[in-house]
Amino acid sequence: MAAPKKSVAKETGNGARNPLEFTREQELSALRDMLLIRRFEEKAGQLYGMGAIGGFCHLYIGQEAIVVGMQMALKKGDQVITGYRDHGHMLATGMEAKGVMAELTGRHGGYSKGKGGSMHMFSKEKNFFGGHGIVGAQVSLGTGLAFANRYRGNDFVSLAYFGDGASNQGQVYESFNMAELWKLPVIYIIENNRYAMGTSVTRSSAQTDFSKRGISFNIPGEQVDGMDVRAVKAAGDKAVAWCREGKGPYILEMQTYRYRGHSMSDPAKYRTREEVDKVRHDSDPIEQVRNRLLAAGMSEAELKAIDAEVREIVNAAADFAQHDPEPEPAELWTDVYR
Amino acid sequence: MPIQVLMPALSPTMEKGNLSKWLKKEGEAIKSGDVIAEIETDKATMEVEATDEGTLGKILIPEGTADVAVNTPIATILADGESAADAEKASAPAPKTAAAAPDVAEEVKESRAPVGEGKPAIQAPKPSTAPKAITEPDPEVPEGTEMVTMTIREALRDAMAEEMRRDPDVFLMGEEVAEYQGAYKVSQGLLQEFGARRVIDTPITEHGFAGIGVGAAMAGLKPIVEFMTFNFAMQAMDQIINSAAKTLYMSGGQMGCSIVFRGPNGAAARVAAQHSQDYSAWYSQIPGLKVIAPYSAADYKGLLKSAIRDPNPVIFLENEMLYGHTGEVPKLDDYVIPIGKARIVRSGSHVTIISWSNGMSYALKAAEELAKEGIEAEVIDLRTLRPLDTDTIVTSVKKTGRAVTVEEGWQQNGVGAEVAARIMEHAFDYLDAPVARVSGKDVPMPYAANLEKLALPSAAEVVEAAKAVCYR
Repeated sequence: MAAPKKSVAKETGNGARNPLEFTREQELSALRDMLLIRRFEEKAGQLYGMGAIGGFCHLYIGQEAIVVGMQMALKKGDQVITGYRDHGHMLATGMEAKGVMAELTGRHGGYSKGKGGSMHMFSKEKNFFGGHGIVGAQVSLGTGLAFANRYRGNDFVSLAYFGDGASNQGQVYESFNMAELWKLPVIYIIENNRYAMGTSVTRSSAQTDFSKRGISFNIPGEQVDGMDVRAVKAAGDKAVAWCREGKGPYILEMQTYRYRGHSMSDPAKYRTREEVDKVRHDSDPIEQVRNRLLAAGMSEAELKAIDAEVREIVNAAADFAQHDPEPEPAELWTDVYR
Repeated sequence: MPIQVLMPALSPTMEKGNLSKWLKKEGEAIKSGDVIAEIETDKATMEVEATDEGTLGKILIPEGTADVAVNTPIATILADGESAADAEKASAPAPKTAAAAPDVAEEVKESRAPVGEGKPAIQAPKPSTAPKAITEPDPEVPEGTEMVTMTIREALRDAMAEEMRRDPDVFLMGEEVAEYQGAYKVSQGLLQEFGARRVIDTPITEHGFAGIGVGAAMAGLKPIVEFMTFNFAMQAMDQIINSAAKTLYMSGGQMGCSIVFRGPNGAAARVAAQHSQDYSAWYSQIPGLKVIAPYSAADYKGLLKSAIRDPNPVIFLENEMLYGHTGEVPKLDDYVIPIGKARIVRSGSHVTIISWSNGMSYALKAAEELAKEGIEAEVIDLRTLRPLDTDTIVTSVKKTGRAVTVEEGWQQNGVGAEVAARIMEHAFDYLDAPVARVSGKDVPMPYAANLEKLALPSAAEVVEAAKAVCYR
């Protein structure tokens, strides 16, 4: 096995592209959005431990820069779809923490009235198309969203997120083929967090440079430092422009890392504590923004105030999610057909 | 001895075809590989190549002849030194194979393919209308409505075309649906009318295009996804069930999926185990899906139109053996049949026979046989398998006290098993005999013609089962 990567950020920058500098406003917005996801996920982990959340619960901690940076590249009307590690995506699209958390606890006020759970949530209003539990299925579905855009002749772009694990599913390549063949406006965002559950990419993938997975379909791709929100936004801008111009799909391999196990029940014995600590220490996406803001003259107190504001939202969401009633028994029978 | 050229079978289900054109004249030299004639099947115009060398002796079937049975001698080829007189001799024996069609052929009226451009029009005998075994009028059709005779293939095409004219969000995608005009010629003419934006050829990639269809439906479009056969939809099962059927529920009613998955299902002819399977039971087990499997041409049209309009995912199971069948379809601006309603096609008081799709051909034939022996069977065509019209079944069984289910699929966990269970639940006290099931045999579909016939249900088995429940 190859030696563990020293630092995702350093290794993937390659100096090939100079990430856009953010304005102070953008830095603050990114910080706040990433913090919301981080604090939300920490709380979700806590509630899971208390038994308030059941089933599978896949946390997004460590990967926050990807959804936040990509969202900054979008416009209203663009669509987002992902797999089961979806809480961050939902918060990034603007779905409310209360509704997401209440879905995790299976309550009536959840986005799916408690009938979908952690892995299956949707928001028509925010153009978030799920939340899908079958690894890779969202890639074809997201391609279908792009198909609808092309059919309607609008310039909206569909973002289909999936992981390094899903990248080995057959339907991903079936979708790549049709997307390029029909020039569909879809960005395939491969969140390479180095482990498909417990299997590292080097043990599962013949080609570990996921940006090259579209080569045989002529789909351009690039590797992006997924720990740097500015790099993500810059790559997102480029890919979105490509799609809006009608040039077809684009692949972005986001090099990232999840700090927690695959799901709450995963002890993560397949990697060392040192490996995790190293990434956290060297390239944490939130710390990067914090450090830049501090260097630019912002005070610790100001940053703490942002954190406090975010914690308040998350605490209110957790409170709601634990006190909101469960769905009425009659809900068992609704929404099967319309 | 001159060589006989026989009418070739050009597809697994072809029983007859039209001899549209001779490309060689009598007396002309022929080499192996020469195209000697053109034949129209119900799906396409095909060229007939000579496999022998010599001289075209006598043309036995003139061009322009319709409905020439497979294996009928159509010409003779003379070897060196043979004369036209020898050809006369060769053609003398009666073409015994000409009439050797399968026993369902009485009701099978193979379609005439639409005549291609520049081809002479072929006069064919007028095809018969609905099988005479059907005695009950269609309750959806107002009295006095003008009826048009068409094939099921044409009924399906018309249904799609009408819905595509009506709603710009409806489109068709699948393998060979556009330029090839449909692997079974169901989508004939649609590309020409609606263009490549709405009639879309996909690569051979069922899992992928089913997912793309579902995604497009989640975004509000109304796709018709054609599977070349439902056997290939096995590759797409995950998207159909996990994505299409469950999204409305998992999203708390926010996001649904208005989509039709359609294509031929069930046994075709001589294509063996991987291409002959009935998925009625598979799909009709899934909440969130609607499942339709019609028998008559009118139902194919009216139900496909309803399926396309339905806001839910619909599995529309067609039957390849029925594509060429003709039937009467009401000439109405908008002929729509409600999903979820069975139809009593023949009334009777002694036993209820319940079937759907091609199973109806055995059921109806059996009903006629039974009538000769004084047993009046009531025949129900389920048409929709989910939601299942329990009321129509139960009402009939309460009247007759006896029931037989007929299906081409396997018995274990089959639709017949479900029907039997519902009869037990809702009409147990009315039963005079246990429900009998006639089904496909519990084996993969064999290739050999005799074994294939044995594997499928037959009218004789239905007659036997009906007599058994009548204790006769």
